[in-house]
Amino acid sequence: MKPEMYGADLQGKREATGGHRRRAEVSGDPAVHEGRDEAGTARAGEAPRAAGAAIEVSHLTKVFGGRTAVSDVSFSVAAGEVFGFLGPNGAGKTTTVRILGTLISPTAGSAAVAGIPVGPGGAAEIRRRIAVMPESPGLYRRLTVAENLEYFARLYGLPRREERITEALAAVGIAGRANDLAGSLSKGLRQRAALARSLLNEPAVMFLDEPASGLDPVAAHEVHGLIAGLRDRGVTVFLTTHRLEEAERLCDRVAIMSTSLRTIGRPEDLRAELFAASLDVTVAAALPEPGRVFGGLPAVQGWKDTGQPGGSPASYALTVSDVARAAPAVTRALVAAGADVLSITRPRHTLEDVYLELVADTEGSQR
Amino acid sequence: MSPSIARVGAVIRKELAELRRNRLIVVTAVMLPVIFLIGPTATVLSIKASALSTTLDKRVDYALFMPLMVSVLVPAVMSAYSVVGEREQGTLEPVLTTPVTRAELLFGKAAAVFIPAAVLGYLIFGIFVAITQLAAAAPVAAAVRHAPQLPAALVFIPLLAAWAIWAGLAISTRVSDTRVAQQLAVLGSLPPVLLAALMSFQVINPSFALVVALGGALLAVDCGACLVVARLFDRERLITGTRPSRGVPAPPQDIRSPMS
Repeated sequence: MKPEMYGADLQGKREATGGHRRRAEVSGDPAVHEGRDEAGTARAGEAPRAAGAAIEVSHLTKVFGGRTAVSDVSFSVAAGEVFGFLGPNGAGKTTTVRILGTLISPTAGSAAVAGIPVGPGGAAEIRRRIAVMPESPGLYRRLTVAENLEYFARLYGLPRREERITEALAAVGIAGRANDLAGSLSKGLRQRAALARSLLNEPAVMFLDEPASGLDPVAAHEVHGLIAGLRDRGVTVFLTTHRLEEAERLCDRVAIMSTSLRTIGRPEDLRAELFAASLDVTVAAALPEPGRVFGGLPAVQGWKDTGQPGGSPASYALTVSDVARAAPAVTRALVAAGADVLSITRPRHTLEDVYLELVADTEGSQR
Repeated sequence: MSPSIARVGAVIRKELAELRRNRLIVVTAVMLPVIFLIGPTATVLSIKASALSTTLDKRVDYALFMPLMVSVLVPAVMSAYSVVGEREQGTLEPVLTTPVTRAELLFGKAAAVFIPAAVLGYLIFGIFVAITQLAAAAPVAAAVRHAPQLPAALVFIPLLAAWAIWAGLAISTRVSDTRVAQQLAVLGSLPPVLLAALMSFQVINPSFALVVALGGALLAVDCGACLVVARLFDRERLITGTRPSRGVPAPPQDIRSPMS
């Protein structure tokens, strides 16, 4: 670990959580970072090509007894990327992390982490270059925070242990709690201590499994700040979560799992891919003949009354081919029909909408 | 990867620190030796110089057997905590993603229990013998001093402790509750005690050759138990409780070997 690694407090990056657009912006060739091919066609599922892949997964499958936990999953994660791995409970997220973290063997398929194939020959080398922070902070409750970190520093065979421990604790803002028993800390502080432990070996790839699980909003916000700080230091972060706002806020790309990979890409691309362009229209009173108003507009492909029957104001959802052309045309048509227009808005689909669209059916069928 | 003494040392150091701060372990490690010291010592000290030789022999046999139990029960309780304690705290996963090998982890954990268990075992025996030599009636003290079980105990203390450790570790890898693990480990540690009991009560005469033979047999059993526990220390088994997967449909690029 270079002393300057933690020169700037990771906490100081707390507000940089919007920075996941940064990598696309700094590239001289936006197509490279946006995953476009030579013809300019978006390929949202592909990792940015500017840096080498930190994680490569090909047809990964894991079967426990007769139960398939992970089925034929393939994806890659670029070096320095914050990659979100989403899915409901039992979707195979933790199993995938455990395979990539060399804890369990895949039943089929292959993977490489930090350029090293996952398997008996490369496991030891991979372990030197990664850190895994499981959902539970995994601290020895009867040892102090410093003793916890010292144990791991010794297992990694690190030189200058005391210095590194001090730096790691300072980086996550708990230098003053070094001599507290880990069992006496709040859950938020334990998460920070676990993150400090994960920083000790300067990992190239860090696996964070539900890092904000069970934390109150303030503590979760702090953990998000720490993750943003990791990205700014070039650490590849593999973040498994089912907190969708967390993924949307922090991740360059996300993959949605439900045993098999359902989709992968940038959150905004996934939204565009899954949901047709639409407009929400609200008028003061129900239109007497909405079909005549909306049906004659070329940019409008379909419409649906979304208001309460006979209710006021009235609402309509329009499916449009092009929002920019449709919005003025709809406005003019409504005015011509004598309607009092209250609002015409473009609904913003969240990652949650994407998630529910892809996963809800699977979850429902399992219950 | 060659084993690292430093990593084994790190495991021992951490285990000892944890055991030292675990109230249940500390109470067990203090109470059991005290109980198994007071009982036999009081028995021996209560024998009168005029006691019949058969009475004397029976009581001395009992007194020399009881301290052996310390070498079994204390390491069983300690080693049973060793893995299940990690599982309860969620520490197993981060530890297993460090460069520590399963051999280093296993021997670190075993040594961290063996050292205090063997020290306690010899200490209790030493104190018992010292008290009897100082305070017991002369014929009683002589009976203790010349009992054939005394040198046999020197051989059996570490061997019984080793067995209890492997039994405790094996149970600890498969059980998810500390107390259940400790109860099962105590039960699992007892079978070799039968041998020691038969010798202590002179059902079989503890001659030098027999002690060496039984000691050798127990050593072989300990080695076998070590190998069994080493298999149980597979990363996948420790994390998921199941064996590493094998023999599933032909993959494009198959990786089937367990990673250790």
